[in-house]
Amino acid sequence: MEPIERHTIAVLVDNEAGVLARVIGLFSGRGYNIESLTVAEVDPESAISRITVVTSGTPMIIEQIKAQLDRLVPVHRISDLTDGGASVERELALVKVRGSGNKRVEALRIADIFRARAIDSTNNSFVFEISGSPEKLDAFINLMRSLGLVEISRTGAVAIARGAKGI
Amino acid sequence: MAKRKLSGSDIVIQSLVDAGVDTIFGYPGGAVLPIYDALFKQNRLKHVLVRQEGGAVHMAEGYARSTGKLGVVLVTSGPGATNAVTGLTDALMDSIPVLCLTGQVPTHLIGNDAFQEADTTGITRPCTKHNYLVKDVNDLGQVMQEAMYVARSGRPGPVVIDLPKDVLINEAPYEVGKKPVAKHKTYRPQIKGDNARIREAVELIAKAKRPLFYCGGGVVNSGPRGSKLLTEFVKMTGYPITLTLMGLGAYPATDNKFLGMVGMHGTYESNLAMHDCDVMINVGARFDDRVTGLISEFSPGSKKIHVDIDPSSINKNVAVDVPIVGDCASVLAEMIKVWKEIKPSIDTKAINKWWDQIEKWRKRDCLAYKQSKDIIKPQYALERLQALTKDRDTYITTEVGQHQMWAAQYMKFNQPNRWMTSGGLGTMGYGFPAAIGVQMAHPKATVIDIAGEASFQMNIQEMSTAMQYRLPVKVFILNNEYMGMVRQWQELLYGSRYSESYTASLPDFVKLAESYGAAGFRATKPSEVDDVIKEMLDNDQFTIVDIAIDKGENCFPMIPSGAPHNEMLLGPDDEAEKPVSEDGMVLV
Repeated sequence: MEPIERHTIAVLVDNEAGVLARVIGLFSGRGYNIESLTVAEVDPESAISRITVVTSGTPMIIEQIKAQLDRLVPVHRISDLTDGGASVERELALVKVRGSGNKRVEALRIADIFRARAIDSTNNSFVFEISGSPEKLDAFINLMRSLGLVEISRTGAVAIARGAKGI
Repeated sequence: MAKRKLSGSDIVIQSLVDAGVDTIFGYPGGAVLPIYDALFKQNRLKHVLVRQEGGAVHMAEGYARSTGKLGVVLVTSGPGATNAVTGLTDALMDSIPVLCLTGQVPTHLIGNDAFQEADTTGITRPCTKHNYLVKDVNDLGQVMQEAMYVARSGRPGPVVIDLPKDVLINEAPYEVGKKPVAKHKTYRPQIKGDNARIREAVELIAKAKRPLFYCGGGVVNSGPRGSKLLTEFVKMTGYPITLTLMGLGAYPATDNKFLGMVGMHGTYESNLAMHDCDVMINVGARFDDRVTGLISEFSPGSKKIHVDIDPSSINKNVAVDVPIVGDCASVLAEMIKVWKEIKPSIDTKAINKWWDQIEKWRKRDCLAYKQSKDIIKPQYALERLQALTKDRDTYITTEVGQHQMWAAQYMKFNQPNRWMTSGGLGTMGYGFPAAIGVQMAHPKATVIDIAGEASFQMNIQEMSTAMQYRLPVKVFILNNEYMGMVRQWQELLYGSRYSESYTASLPDFVKLAESYGAAGFRATKPSEVDDVIKEMLDNDQFTIVDIAIDKGENCFPMIPSGAPHNEMLLGPDDEAEKPVSEDGMVLV
């Protein structure tokens, strides 16, 4: 059995109706995994959106996913950020924690260590904003579990290649 | 040329005319009434009125596959569009260029569950190469152009344009006589293959000791030039060639280098050559599961070259050694050039030994069957049909099942675009409407739908269409009163429990033909077959021929599902010895 690899793929698409459905339908229809998917317009003038999809599969499946994405008509370009040299990957999360007394103090202390910011606060709760690698977010969220974790909202990963060259 | 203001409907028609379309297949309804009114007022587009929208798409497929041109369909919203879905999926699987125009409720009603509303772009997204919903008439001309380009270029396929009724009525400027676009801002298929790869492939081909060409529908899709170049290259090398179901006709069937079809019901010599070859030259085929059989034991000792215009076909099912993305004709032309340039000295001794081995396999005569004096064997009926049509300008379509495989085995195609069959999707009911589409494109040709009585009934309503347009289509029914392929699998895998595979209450096909004013003939004895075929061919109107064949005949050779190529069943006597594995049972 070939090893399962995790890949982050950036896809530049025309920002037209149904384009996200095409991408998602391709993954569900062919049984590929989506670990996370983000999308937003990045070039309003030429109406181009960037989709960042984190997926996993054997090298043969990853190659298929890229070929299948590339043949969608509204796709301009795809880039495998995992294969194509060094890249940076970031995710943002909003984490709601409820508690009082020592737990509340401890939550603040840990947030400080992780450079999370409190963006909402009541007498017995915080909403923290944290960004970083998905692994860093996992670690922060895990620590919050025993401190009154209520709710998590995560964006999914966005990524970009290191260095001066564009996609 | 100056732009004129035209209604959406007129833009649709004018775009088709400007792109050289002369025939469309369709069925009217509320949402497309503006287009039908525009059709009424012009005489450049011929409209063929079908009897169900499913038939329209298969007609367009037959038209497209037999001409290399675009097939065009026009249907209404809601049920018109949903009925077209099977045909669209069929065209996607077999890479047939089809443009399907669907009506839609007016833009202000979209999403309101309006009468005859369906989310057509949503439904057809996975079964088209691309689709469009036009919300502004000012975009329509551009979308029409783009859609036709996308359908025809690269790996061809079906494209849907969903047309809300208000868009058809509103007006926009349109440049009459506009040249079709030749490129697209994002969709740019790679036509020319990589030179280094082509050289690598040719060197591998030159050094082969047990080579085999394995070619498919991609060669047919690259145009008559593709088949010509393939034939030239194969003859230059002197190597054997096998073709897939979709590729039949890409290389002359009567040439000695052709080993017959490959795959589940392919010939013994083809499949064993696939298994034992050392260099496999795949041009325009996609390692379909019906061809590869058990993937883990597929052609274990070969280096594989794969030429395909669609990068996603490469390394999908089978890992290959030399991938070449490009159009078959273009890559073959390059290969021939490099071959002539390097003037290879091939290993004649090894190649002769390989041919000796192949001739031994050939001597098994895997398509032999037991002739009968009293019962018509389906193989015999087709051998006679082949013999009596070979000097005519003949086009063959098929439905899906045993008769389809027998047709692929016994009919001989020496040219591309003469063989229309539903390969990928396996759509029963394909062949009859496809034959109507072929006949529309080739009014003087002999067009025969080789059918089973079960498949024919799936689009039997199109008899009325054949009559209306005086199309002399022939339906050649191999009638065994069973869904033969289903029955065959039940016999081999399910202890002969023939669950729901027998068709009761069949019509009298001769009287049925007569009720439409068509001709009907029947043969029940082998001695009648020739006469009936001759009567059919002499008849210049729509004709149904009902051949009562051996009800128990099975289609051989056969690779049972889950088995490798070298474990073929050659005939009924083979069956008992080799039970199908548990893994094979779950495969279709």
